[in-house]
Amino acid sequence: MTYNDKVVRQFTVATVLWGIVGMLVGVLIAAQLWLPALNFEISWLTYGRLRPLHTNAVIFAFGGSALIGTSLYVVQRTCHVRLISDALAAFVFWGWQLIIVCAAVTLPLGLTQAKEYAELEWWIDWMIVVVWVAYAVLFFGTIIKRRVSHIYVANWFYGAFIITIALLHIVNNVAMPVDITKSYSMYTGAVDAMVQWWYGHNAVGFFLTAGFLGMMYYFVPKQAERPIYSYRLSIVHFWALIGIYMWAGPHHLHYTALPDWLQSLGMVFSLILLAPSWGGMINGIMTLNGAWDKLRDDAVLKFMIVALSFYGMSTFEGPMMSIKTVNALSHYTDWTIGHVHAGALGWVAMMTIGSLYCLVPRLVGQKRMYSDRAVDLHFWISTIGVVLYIASMWIAGVMQGLMWRAFNDDGTLTYTFIETIAATKPYYIIRLLGGLLFFSGMLVMAWNTWKTLAGGKAYDEEVAEPAYWGSEA
Amino acid sequence: MTQLTPFWNWLVIIVSIGSILACWWLLHWTKGISDRDDDTSVDDTGHVWDHDIRELNHPLPRWWLHLFNITIVFALVYLVLFPGLGNIPGVLGWTQVQRYEANVAEAEAATAEVLAAYEGMSPGALAADAGAMETGRRLFGNYCAMCHGSDGGGGPGFPNLADDYWQWGEGYDNVLTAITHGRQGVMPPLGATMEYPQLFALAHYVRSLSGLDHEAAQAAKGQQDYTMLCVACHGVEGHGMAALGAPSLADDEWLYGRTVDDIVETVQAGRNGNMPAHESLISEPQRRILAAYVMSLSQNGD
Repeated sequence: MTYNDKVVRQFTVATVLWGIVGMLVGVLIAAQLWLPALNFEISWLTYGRLRPLHTNAVIFAFGGSALIGTSLYVVQRTCHVRLISDALAAFVFWGWQLIIVCAAVTLPLGLTQAKEYAELEWWIDWMIVVVWVAYAVLFFGTIIKRRVSHIYVANWFYGAFIITIALLHIVNNVAMPVDITKSYSMYTGAVDAMVQWWYGHNAVGFFLTAGFLGMMYYFVPKQAERPIYSYRLSIVHFWALIGIYMWAGPHHLHYTALPDWLQSLGMVFSLILLAPSWGGMINGIMTLNGAWDKLRDDAVLKFMIVALSFYGMSTFEGPMMSIKTVNALSHYTDWTIGHVHAGALGWVAMMTIGSLYCLVPRLVGQKRMYSDRAVDLHFWISTIGVVLYIASMWIAGVMQGLMWRAFNDDGTLTYTFIETIAATKPYYIIRLLGGLLFFSGMLVMAWNTWKTLAGGKAYDEEVAEPAYWGSEA
Repeated sequence: MTQLTPFWNWLVIIVSIGSILACWWLLHWTKGISDRDDDTSVDDTGHVWDHDIRELNHPLPRWWLHLFNITIVFALVYLVLFPGLGNIPGVLGWTQVQRYEANVAEAEAATAEVLAAYEGMSPGALAADAGAMETGRRLFGNYCAMCHGSDGGGGPGFPNLADDYWQWGEGYDNVLTAITHGRQGVMPPLGATMEYPQLFALAHYVRSLSGLDHEAAQAAKGQQDYTMLCVACHGVEGHGMAALGAPSLADDEWLYGRTVDDIVETVQAGRNGNMPAHESLISEPQRRILAAYVMSLSQNGD
């Protein structure tokens, strides 16, 4: 019997492709903030329509394809069985791609539910439900059929991601359709805002964190050829992470119409989240214990370790920003954008890139990528890109926060809004440069992936015999 | 503040504290294990997947446990001090509304002290006072510039405040009234009653009033409609009526454009100019200073 690696290859290629598309749109809208004329006076290319296209493309098309693809690879390897159904696997792949295409058409047309990260209209939401349930059946069905008693920790995280995203997506998108272009949310006022950010923050927590921790738990020990540092730490940080993340949403609504008690709960649970988040970072980085020398010349591992470092940094920054006093300064500024990209570029994208560099050669019977030097080049381009991006947004964000709150003794604001925009312009240019570098790295990756795939032969690997069956070795 | 019903109140309290205590229990449970394992060699769990994926079982790092504990203690203390557990107000009695109102009151008291210096000053005296004009410039930047431009130069649909044309009449008092109470400049849409050739002819007549290029034959045709429909507000010779905000059509200031197409659109679809009232946004002395500043824009322009 063999593994179903075809669906993994498909998702892998889709990941690289959508990564390039999503980041290109990001580069364009970053350029528009510097030079608004770059929307060419075409409504489809205006910032307000392309921004949701960018976020949906990088999160759900790039990140989603990476998560679904790697989870289907990992669940087979760690359960020692083939996926339960090839037809269902094909359905999940093509269904997800169809959803992405629908998003890429409707968002530039201006069709939106106006909920951040949940912009897609009701009929696309329904398609997501169908494909997601199929994916859940495929994943958990394979777990049930496993030939090793222990369920590997990567699968806990992938599993939590699958279940929670289903729950979040359905609850947040409950809406009354008017026609194919329009629907109304079932929630109103502060309740609507709370449901939206309960969804929004957990999209970060379960899509962009738990899912990618699953990826990390397989590909880091695989690439490092070292055992996971601590099983016990996995247990503690897994349960604490999934238990606490659910509470953190209200920190997106500090100092709004949301009741005080909810804001306080959102803040304290965000702070408690710090240690569980760091548990994953410790387990990943300490897995290199005894193999630190590998970092010297393995650029794939460098991607993973830098990703874990950015993960640690942004999961420290997040709880700090959730403190109401800090949030009063940071909220609505570009600091938030910097924070998100520390997570999205530094953690999510770099972990994905590292994992794909580990995965791609194995999918075509090769030992390594076509060019190690291109991997190394990609590593340095992306790292410099991320640093330029987040450093410029930190400075811009803190500056904006300080300028907005400054007022004179005659009761007037010290700076007009347009002055804060003018002051931000240099940082927008640096951010654009950072984004451009990161995007260029994806082109290097596309070339390297193409060469690697073309140089090998697509085949389905034999299912490995499990080392043991039973509750203990 | 709306209170939670007893059911939701207790649910919030129990689930919140329960979740925090559950974290504590999770740590306590694993901490016991780590004490035992502290100085022994690290266990290998014996788990193996996919040829070479294995798991060790190091104890939890001490510093990490402490970090976790500190956040839990902080959370509990915070929830005692601040509102967080359902309807329980928190020992400090803090609410964001109180905090906001206190901050605003403090700022307003400080501001009132500064602005008291301008009490009873005439527009001319305000215009001559450097401090007042600096305040006026900042107010203009924050409240006016987004429509009228940071130099007061205006734009399509937004009057130029730096020239000598005044849609609602010239002078400090008119400007102060506009700032305080706002203005609604309504040109009614007449498209439903007129065909395009009529609109076209009318536009030529309107252009003739200020001596702009026009076809005399069309203008002659348009005059009848002008007399019937436009005279009431804009006057026989097109001099307008400041009391209604009806602009002069005989000068070279064109708020919505001077081309035939622009004028046709204005007549056909109407125009709604809306200057918002600022009475509730800025204080009385600030409004007077702002009006004096706006007057200074056109005087400096001379």
